[in-house]
Amino acid sequence: MSMTEIILVVCYILFAPLLGGLLDGIDRKISARMQRRVGPPLLQPFYDVVKLFSKQVIIVSRSQIFFLLSYFVLIVLTGAMFFAGTDILLCFFVMSTGATFLYFAGMVTSTPYSTMGANRELLQMLAYEPAVLLTCVGFYLAEGTFNVSEIATSKYSAILYLPGFFIAFVFILTIKMRKSPFDLSTSHHMHQELVKGLTTEMGARNLAIFQVTEWYENVFLLGVVGLYIVNASYYSLIAVVLVVLFTFFLEILIDNTSARVKWDTMLKLSWGVTIFTAGINLIILMIIK
Amino acid sequence: MANIKRSPWLLHYDGSSCNGCDIEVLACLTPIYDAERFGVMNTGDPMQADILLITGGINAQNQPTVKQLYEQMPRPKVVVAVGVCACTGGVFKECYNILGGADTTIPVDIYVPGCAARPQAIIDGIVKAVDLFQKRLEEHYEKKRGQGGNEVSANG
Repeated sequence: MSMTEIILVVCYILFAPLLGGLLDGIDRKISARMQRRVGPPLLQPFYDVVKLFSKQVIIVSRSQIFFLLSYFVLIVLTGAMFFAGTDILLCFFVMSTGATFLYFAGMVTSTPYSTMGANRELLQMLAYEPAVLLTCVGFYLAEGTFNVSEIATSKYSAILYLPGFFIAFVFILTIKMRKSPFDLSTSHHMHQELVKGLTTEMGARNLAIFQVTEWYENVFLLGVVGLYIVNASYYSLIAVVLVVLFTFFLEILIDNTSARVKWDTMLKLSWGVTIFTAGINLIILMIIK
Repeated sequence: MANIKRSPWLLHYDGSSCNGCDIEVLACLTPIYDAERFGVMNTGDPMQADILLITGGINAQNQPTVKQLYEQMPRPKVVVAVGVCACTGGVFKECYNILGGADTTIPVDIYVPGCAARPQAIIDGIVKAVDLFQKRLEEHYEKKRGQGGNEVSANG
């Protein structure tokens, strides 16, 4: 591991929650402006987490905190591995394992809303997993390696070879970031049909851990978006920041302009888009390479 | 001491209300009043709520529900009774099924009168509740030291 990679990993572990929380605050502010409201202060997500940590903890199931901490550790590990420049395939496997622990955290409470939310979380995983795996395949076909540091320092940006894969990945990012129309398992917005879905039985400290893990995860996912753009030239970093911010804005726009769909529509749409865009891209890539 | 004043999450429960106050509560979240300026969120989940907003009186059927919602909320918590029915029973006070205001069942901290209570009055009530919410945190810390930890089991 080189010095830059160590610095990147340390920066990720220390600053990803700050960046994720800030992005969440920007998200809420922009959403409010889109609805012609003033909206909460920019640092509102941090105020929320501080409050959640100081509240009384009511335990519904003793093992829930274990599953949530496992989810937290695995997601932090995913991001740390990604920014350390290791195998991208392994990063996504660890992320999926983390998501499974979240499913268990919802499931152990055995209450109706939480269980239904957990089941929908599994359906969401089913919907986004093909696009995630194809992303890895695409990177390998384009750059000849799964190694993040080698992909990031290649001569040309990966998006030149993988525009279809990029569209598929941004599409499933809506599911992963829990944005409407695909916020089936749990939603950032008030009152959905499952109350709070997966997080119904998470209060105080447990919800705060969930929230911070989400921030880590979002920074990692936006990092993968950046990996499509970055190349050996330092100027590409400017493009990375612009594309990541644009993608984030696009997610907020989709969130505010669409209504929640049923799970089968989500599955058909995400698989359809994945097979269509990434599939065609894959065939072309295999012919010309 | 953590500053928790900036993040009050609401749980809105409709007792035997005529829905007048409920519409005014929702009006607080609309662009004109926008209670989210103060960090207010309408959660709908007692496990995550800080302030219980009750509209309408208590009747024989919803009394256990109100009690349970109150008990499911983690400390520190504040109860706001919105509208004259939640304060005293209002025009329904003499009905055979009405037990009275919200304070017949759970301890109410802030009373917001009105029929229906205006959004300005409701937001004023919430702002008062938020100050109390911060004060309750100190009491919560004392109780926490007394019971030797921050955790309680939901199963008793």
